Amino acid sequence: MRQPLLRLEGLTKAYPGVLANDDISFEIGEGQVHALLGENGAGKSTLVKMIYGLVKPDNGQMTLHGQPFAPSQPSEARQKGVAMVFQHFSLFDALDVAENVALGMENPPPLRDLAKRIRDVSEEYGLPLDPGRLVGDLSAGERQRVEIVRCLLQDPKLLIMDEPTSVLTPQEVEILFRTLRQLSREGTAILYISHKLEEIRALCDEATILRGGKKVATCDPREKTARELAELMVGQVLTPPERPAKDTGTVVLSVENLSLKSNHPFGTSLKDISFQLHAGEVMGIAGVAGNGQDELLLMLSGELVSPRDRVQLKGQPIGHLGPNARRKLGLVAAPEERLGHAAAPDMSLTSNALLSAVGRKRLARSGFIDWPTTEAFAREIIERFDVRTPGPHVLARALSGGNLQKFVIGREIELNPDVIIVNQPTWGVDASAAAFIRQALLDLADKGAGVLVISQDLDELLEVADSFAALNEGRLTKVRPAKGLTVEEIGLMMGGAHDMHPAHEAAE
Amino acid sequence: MIRLEKRKEPSKFWRIANPFLAVILTMIAGGIMFAALGKDPVAAIRLIFFDPIFSETFASYSRPQLLIKSAPLILIAVGLAVGFKANIWNIGAEGQYIIGALFGAGVALAFFPQPGWYIFPLMILAGAFGGFLWAMIPAILKTRFNTNEILVSLLLVYVAERLLAAMALGLMRNPDQPGFPGSRDLRRYEAAHNAELFANTGIHWGVVAALIAVIFAYVMMTRHMLGFHVQLAGQAPRAARFGGVSPTRLVVICLGISGALAGLAGLFEVSGPGGQVRIEFASGYGFTAIIVAFLGRLNPIGILLAGLLLGLTYIGGELSQMMLQIPGAAIQVFQGMLLFFLLALDFQTNYRIRLTQGARA
Repeated sequence: MRQPLLRLEGLTKAYPGVLANDDISFEIGEGQVHALLGENGAGKSTLVKMIYGLVKPDNGQMTLHGQPFAPSQPSEARQKGVAMVFQHFSLFDALDVAENVALGMENPPPLRDLAKRIRDVSEEYGLPLDPGRLVGDLSAGERQRVEIVRCLLQDPKLLIMDEPTSVLTPQEVEILFRTLRQLSREGTAILYISHKLEEIRALCDEATILRGGKKVATCDPREKTARELAELMVGQVLTPPERPAKDTGTVVLSVENLSLKSNHPFGTSLKDISFQLHAGEVMGIAGVAGNGQDELLLMLSGELVSPRDRVQLKGQPIGHLGPNARRKLGLVAAPEERLGHAAAPDMSLTSNALLSAVGRKRLARSGFIDWPTTEAFAREIIERFDVRTPGPHVLARALSGGNLQKFVIGREIELNPDVIIVNQPTWGVDASAAAFIRQALLDLADKGAGVLVISQDLDELLEVADSFAALNEGRLTKVRPAKGLTVEEIGLMMGGAHDMHPAHEAAE
Repeated sequence: MIRLEKRKEPSKFWRIANPFLAVILTMIAGGIMFAALGKDPVAAIRLIFFDPIFSETFASYSRPQLLIKSAPLILIAVGLAVGFKANIWNIGAEGQYIIGALFGAGVALAFFPQPGWYIFPLMILAGAFGGFLWAMIPAILKTRFNTNEILVSLLLVYVAERLLAAMALGLMRNPDQPGFPGSRDLRRYEAAHNAELFANTGIHWGVVAALIAVIFAYVMMTRHMLGFHVQLAGQAPRAARFGGVSPTRLVVICLGISGALAGLAGLFEVSGPGGQVRIEFASGYGFTAIIVAFLGRLNPIGILLAGLLLGLTYIGGELSQMMLQIPGAAIQVFQGMLLFFLLALDFQTNYRIRLTQGARA
């Protein structure tokens, strides 16, 4: 038994309305590769932020080498030997590798010595780097090396890595794992955050699994199957509800072999997406955040255009059309981000009602806005969807998240669409409002609309969906009927393990 | 420790009060500056803000001048404000103003000395087109190559000034007076003269155009989808895209409108109060209009009032130069202070300043 390096005891952190971490305790041994596993929102980032000194715990304590450890800021954590590689890099494109490394150090040595050390360390750990190259010219994998080497120069005892493989090619992942194993042999502990089950089974000695802010288990991932891990991560309490079998109507929305590059540098490009949505069907799309959900919504809403024939609405090609043209034909969408995307924060609810409803509700005649009718429409949404607000003159940003969400979803439902796409319809919404929104979506489907719900909340998807698919790194799994789907299967679809079926079955 | 707290809603009170407060602060700071220059601050402020309208000696000359100076400021600022609302920053109205004047004067000089009712309307079209064209350069560079419209439009001002000088000394020089730089005096060419419509009021076609522009802009911003999209794009670009606004189209429209209005302002100036294409024709209206736009809260009605105020400082500035020998640059600093104080004060429209005891966030 190796001696514990870091011990967490009863760490608790609450944010307004959420208990992000609830009484979390575990130990990381010296040289151990320890996985932190959990769905989005399970509390992984809050936990590592506390270890790295970015967030102060409300309760509980940490000990490092048996000494009390309570870093008030990252520099203190670094001084005590805790280093972290973030998911998104903090590098300057216009500076070279050595200069970037120097910027992240407390007392950087002269650049020439530093360059030599970078070369030595990077070669020692099999991550070759040329200290003189401009960061702007490096690939994502090479940039990550810069971040890792920057950490290694500080000679860390504990290296925290936040989803490090999300930007890497399979070959680069192989190299990274070799480096991490070498570090582990030399006694550096690694806290490895991920939701990729096979990766964790391949690399880690121990895994702590979080769900809903609580620790669910600490186990040896190599002794568990990916299924068991998925089950722990997703929770066994979920039981897919029986939904009456419905006759599937005609196809209202179909997407065929669509690949689309993300418009955002950190975005996930869509890869070869195909599905068909029928009238009256609620399709649930699961997936861990950042696997292409935003891009899927933008592609369907028309904010990202695609080749004409790849997206069809009721048999009509709409890939090339913008949002308003698609609305006119009967497709509406409600993006995940309420403030700033689905609604303009500094505009009144009346103006926000106009935002997407102008065409279908005929709120403007030859461009001139009919404000009284628009206001009446906003009032209608407020009443029908029980939006708690003094009136339609109130600014969107003055509403609580749940109320604004009801307004946004209500606005789109009121447009009486043939197809509605919603992303995270109940994110941050209280339970009663969430139930209300789900019911409204189901009602719409009963009236014959096709409903596509993109969500990270599996409970929600199992409650509403007739059919089910998952997004993983921009790829969509096959659509399967939700009925009869087990929680384990869902977990595997989400974790991308569907590609690894043969290997997995062999392991059983 | 001072802590800034974002207000839940922008304070309505400060939105209205800040321009007035900014004027008062400018008077105080400006007074200090004038005192430092060795001039009587009270007399200088009086000369700038009050004498042009109320003094018996100056008013008969100054009052009509007020409209003559304010009209181009308002015309330009109304256009700029539309773009500013959409976060599209045309800083080069001065250049568009010059090119508008050159296009308009070019039409007039081409027809000289023919009479014809159609000449002046043609000049108006040419002036607006010239300004529009000059504004399309930053617009196309921005939409095509993602250049920064602030830099491009600003730098084009200096190009326009070179062009103006070249025209005044070359192509457009008055052939009857080859010894002097500058074109024919359009005021002496009946068909092209933007004359006073009512004697001694200062009202010329540019004043009428400014009023029409204010009304049109007001209706557009409050009642028309284009105005809604402009505001949407400025406040929440992603929501605008969700609402089906094409950023490219909006850049072209906003720069186009502000360029055309600046061009119009230039045309009315060169065919009226300015009279001819001269090297020193440009007088900074395009830059001062930026102050007018902000002082008027980017609201057409506010711009009307702010334009009159800044027009006043132009005339008052000239008076104080004449009477107190205050340098022209000091007047420009004075105008700049107005914008400076306004922007600084505007902070409290959106934020509340709280003093807290040492606790760290």
